[in-house]
Amino acid sequence: MAVILSVNHLSKRFKDITAVDDLSFTVNEGDVYGFLGQNGSGKSTTIRMLLSLVKPSAGEINIFGKSLFTHRSEILKNTGAVIEKPDLYKYLSAYQNLYLFAKMSGIKVTRQLIMEQLEMVGLAERANSKVKTFSQGMKQRLGIAVALVHNPGLIILDEPTNGLDPQGIADMRNLILQLSKKRGKTIVVSSHLLSEIEIIANRILIINNGKKIVEGNATELFDPAKTLVKITTGNDIEALEKLRKSPWKDFINSNETISLTINKNKIPNLTADLIAMEIPVLSIVPQHSLENYFLSLTNQTGHVAAFSN
Amino acid sequence: MWQLFQIEVFKIFRKPRTYLAFAIITGFIFLIQLGLLLNGKEFFSFVLGSVNDTMDVDYKSLINGYAVCFAILNLLLVHVPILVALVAGDIVSGEASMGTLRLLAAKPVSRTQIILAKFSASALYILIMLIWIAFTSLFLSLVFFGSDNLMITKVTDIRIIESGDVMWRYYCAFGFAFIAMLVVAALALLLSTLSENSIGPIVATVGIVIICTLISEMEIPIYQKYIRPYLFTSYMLGWKGFFYINFNDDNQTIKGSIENLPAVLKSIGALVSYIVLFVTASVVIFKRKDILS
Repeated sequence: MAVILSVNHLSKRFKDITAVDDLSFTVNEGDVYGFLGQNGSGKSTTIRMLLSLVKPSAGEINIFGKSLFTHRSEILKNTGAVIEKPDLYKYLSAYQNLYLFAKMSGIKVTRQLIMEQLEMVGLAERANSKVKTFSQGMKQRLGIAVALVHNPGLIILDEPTNGLDPQGIADMRNLILQLSKKRGKTIVVSSHLLSEIEIIANRILIINNGKKIVEGNATELFDPAKTLVKITTGNDIEALEKLRKSPWKDFINSNETISLTINKNKIPNLTADLIAMEIPVLSIVPQHSLENYFLSLTNQTGHVAAFSN
Repeated sequence: MWQLFQIEVFKIFRKPRTYLAFAIITGFIFLIQLGLLLNGKEFFSFVLGSVNDTMDVDYKSLINGYAVCFAILNLLLVHVPILVALVAGDIVSGEASMGTLRLLAAKPVSRTQIILAKFSASALYILIMLIWIAFTSLFLSLVFFGSDNLMITKVTDIRIIESGDVMWRYYCAFGFAFIAMLVVAALALLLSTLSENSIGPIVATVGIVIICTLISEMEIPIYQKYIRPYLFTSYMLGWKGFFYINFNDDNQTIKGSIENLPAVLKSIGALVSYIVLFVTASVVIFKRKDILS
């Protein structure tokens, strides 16, 4: 499979702060590449470097087999992006915004093309409404249309579900999957929510403090054997004592709250044992947040790098 | 580049703020015209000052469209930079604060093209604004007040320009004003590339123009010798030079002449140099800028 995007030893320093530190990764054709990291981890800076908005302090970026630094215009003609919030010209209509950005992408723009794109994101009926009257979800959809109007081969989406309601998040997820499966697009999507990336990405990169922690296939990374389970009981202190005396003692992560790192398949057994130990269980929740995932990596292995390829 | 220019022009003329400038200018000019229509004699009498004591002034012929336009330009052109800054100061920083700059800069157009397109669009805005000023202040004044010889005062001199010798001077004056306003636009553009909020560059541009104008006008020898030649504002009122007509040996004005053409040309040269300097600096800064907004 062809490599669409390759990043080699990329770094960015802002005075004393190193936002991105020696980052390398590759994205193959047709990938939905999840770019995960907590807020401030360096995701947005990396994405801005991919779009030539921020100049790297060191390293190389090759897109479609060409250097971004020497073939910028050619590469950007075939790249679409939504960068954080979908900020558009509020005093212009949806149609006008899309028309302007399509023109800037260097394609032949027709009314039919613009209307088709607006139709695709469900905004055809609001084509002539000013963007200032749009909800966050509508702006996000228009932002997607702007990113796709010139039919790019590579789509870069930076936190595309930020500020969306649950329906908006689901719509965005479906759109990304459709673009990948039906239109064969290569997509780089960043998020700080593991649960989101888990569903859509086939390959994942996790960064923290600007450094790569882990890169690999989603199925390998989200090993069900390392699911963090959080338990709430009527009496946590007593429950923790009982668990320490049980076969589950080796899986306990914390001394204050009840959390265990276990195989996801073992959750029914754990539930049965908790009941057998007469622990008043209020909830058993498998955790999916990135923070907990980091914690599970750290606690299981002693250091996060243990998952590196 | 042409396409980018068209897009920038479209954006400028879609902003309500753009029309605010036209509304302010129209209202201001109308007020002056109305005032001069009602109390023109008193106004020009005040302007002429002691001249009233030494010669018999025919106010009926003095108050004509050309004179009214000259009075308007004297009052207005000092303030037009504020209206220019309102649009040009916002042109990059406004996009940064709105969040559209990152979308724009991620498109397959070079940053140099973006800056040049934005500056060219500002230039077109200024040109249209000056044409509007010319229409309302000159042509409407000619309609309301008629045409006659234009009397100009320079310190203690009085110069009469024949009515047939005036119009080309106005064309040149408006052309000069266009270049002068381009300097303000270029300065506002430069400040706009340094900022990520809309208001800062507008206020800074207006502030710089006001301070430099004050320093240019101060009759302090050390300022006049060492600072004034380097301030762009020192050259911005050079448009008046087109109305300072030459005299012959018989003390008669020479039709088609300009008293000090080299000084006018020097002012134009200085202003063009400032435009090149400010636009070049804008391009260099914008090309190096990390877009984090």
